[in-house]
Amino acid sequence: MRQRPLERILLFHLPLWFFLIVTLFPFFWMFITSIKPNAELYNVRMNPLYVLHPTLDHFRYLMRETIFLTWAYNTLYVSILSTAISLVTGIMAGYALSRLRFRGAGGMAVGIFVTYLVPPTLLFIPLADVVRAFGLLDSPWSLILTYPTFLIPFSTWLLMGYFKTIPRELEECAMIDGATRLQAMIKIVLPLALPGILSAGIFAFTLSWNEFIYALVFLSSTEIKTIPVGVVSELIRGDVFFWGPLMAGALLGSVPVAIIYSFFVEYYVAGLTAGAVKG
Amino acid sequence: MLTSEITLPKEKVYRTAKWRLFLERDSSIGYAMVAPAVLILTLFIAYPFILGIRMSLSHWLVGQEPVFVGLQNFIRNADSTIFTRTVQNTFIYTAAATVLKLVFGMALALVLNNTFRGKGLVRAAFLLPWIIPTVLSTLAWLWMFDATFSVLNWFLRYLGLIQRGISWLGDPVLAMISIIVVNAWRGIPFFAISLLAGLQTISQELYEAAAIDGANAMQRFRYITLPMVKPVLLVVLLFSIIWTFADFQLVYVLTRGGPANSTHLFATLAYQVGVVSGSLGDGAAISLTMFPILVVVVVILLMYLRKE
Repeated sequence: MRQRPLERILLFHLPLWFFLIVTLFPFFWMFITSIKPNAELYNVRMNPLYVLHPTLDHFRYLMRETIFLTWAYNTLYVSILSTAISLVTGIMAGYALSRLRFRGAGGMAVGIFVTYLVPPTLLFIPLADVVRAFGLLDSPWSLILTYPTFLIPFSTWLLMGYFKTIPRELEECAMIDGATRLQAMIKIVLPLALPGILSAGIFAFTLSWNEFIYALVFLSSTEIKTIPVGVVSELIRGDVFFWGPLMAGALLGSVPVAIIYSFFVEYYVAGLTAGAVKG
Repeated sequence: MLTSEITLPKEKVYRTAKWRLFLERDSSIGYAMVAPAVLILTLFIAYPFILGIRMSLSHWLVGQEPVFVGLQNFIRNADSTIFTRTVQNTFIYTAAATVLKLVFGMALALVLNNTFRGKGLVRAAFLLPWIIPTVLSTLAWLWMFDATFSVLNWFLRYLGLIQRGISWLGDPVLAMISIIVVNAWRGIPFFAISLLAGLQTISQELYEAAAIDGANAMQRFRYITLPMVKPVLLVVLLFSIIWTFADFQLVYVLTRGGPANSTHLFATLAYQVGVVSGSLGDGAAISLTMFPILVVVVVILLMYLRKE
């Protein structure tokens, strides 16, 4: 429908800019703080939106005085492994539940959906005890093995939806030609489901990168912490806030997910909305 | 006759390869493929859930043997003013933040449903609060709420709206408002992008037909847009309500439940009691109290969804 120019400004441009500024201002603020020297940062007389003498001091502090790079490595390691575990188990479960006929399949699908609805904060206290019983407290494996609890349900449901859109006939032809069920799945179905697998993977990776409460509760040694926990617990000591390094750390901790996300926006959005639109 | 002659030897071959047949059967492959997922979920969700119930019914301090005490932990909680305040906070937080996300998320979705240049880039930018680690973006908000150097106060003073700086997180009511605003800021993109996906499935012809029949913009929204996005809306609400109700990170970073325990949610209080103070039984009882409430919410929304 055609809109008059004034109507378009009032109903489109104005709200769009309002939303954009509100959405992005905290990131701008993060960035401007991270390159501002302390003399400007803690000067109430200055306009806080400008920076007169940009500096990389806060980033230098982060690299020299904290083990930020170790945290970054830990986060990457945990995210990649937990994403891989979740993808493999999610692909298998999603394929089996959407394609194969066996007793209890329906019940299991519902069970997996129910676990998707369980928020991590409901179970973190007893889960810490389970992790301790396995001797995994203060080890990255406490996260690598527990992150799949919220990644598998999501991946399984997303992939079940994808597998259902691939015609059965394709596999049946391959199996008539002598392929086994597994060969048909790996050679025929998986390549076709690649967009779904990519969506689930991107989603799982960002969720693991961002996870906080399990990492906060299960890890205690500084050198195995992840970025979110490391930045919050090691850069804030008591009531003293080092805002420059804090914002530099927040920025650097956000950049990897932002980059990955920017490459795969379409897959991310597809994953985000698949559950909502198809469910 | 020909067919039986062909099938007979085939069956014989199969019989000698019973193992292979077993492996090729749907049910054996099915169970084998579902097993890893079921194992992980049983070990780290189902079992902790049962353990959590046991914990919540015990007097259980870190490093000590648990003692069964029945419902004592729950009863003591119900009498505690901090706990009742927490219950109240969680409901207010969830309700207020959900309404904000719903209203602004829908507004943003409608705005983004226009055609304009750079739409892909703009849509990608709007999702940033949702994909950036919550703790890190919340740190930026903490700095924006800073008692002395708050940039929000600077804006308000610049516009001449206030004389002295507002202590955003120092006052119980303002602190609640602040955490609700930050939660909404983070959640609006999820609502907007999901609703946008719903809006894009609505055929333009419906609106044109309605316009020809004389329906105005409000009526078109009420009678076409809303009913068409309702299923999407319900799913988004379902997840958003669960996540908001069980939120932890935002409050942990912004107020740690303060000032004077006035902004705790279930999860932050459970962390305070169960992890920081080491009273596992009480902590587990606090977080498990969320369970029946969430079950009611989920059942109502799913029933509503099924009706659609």
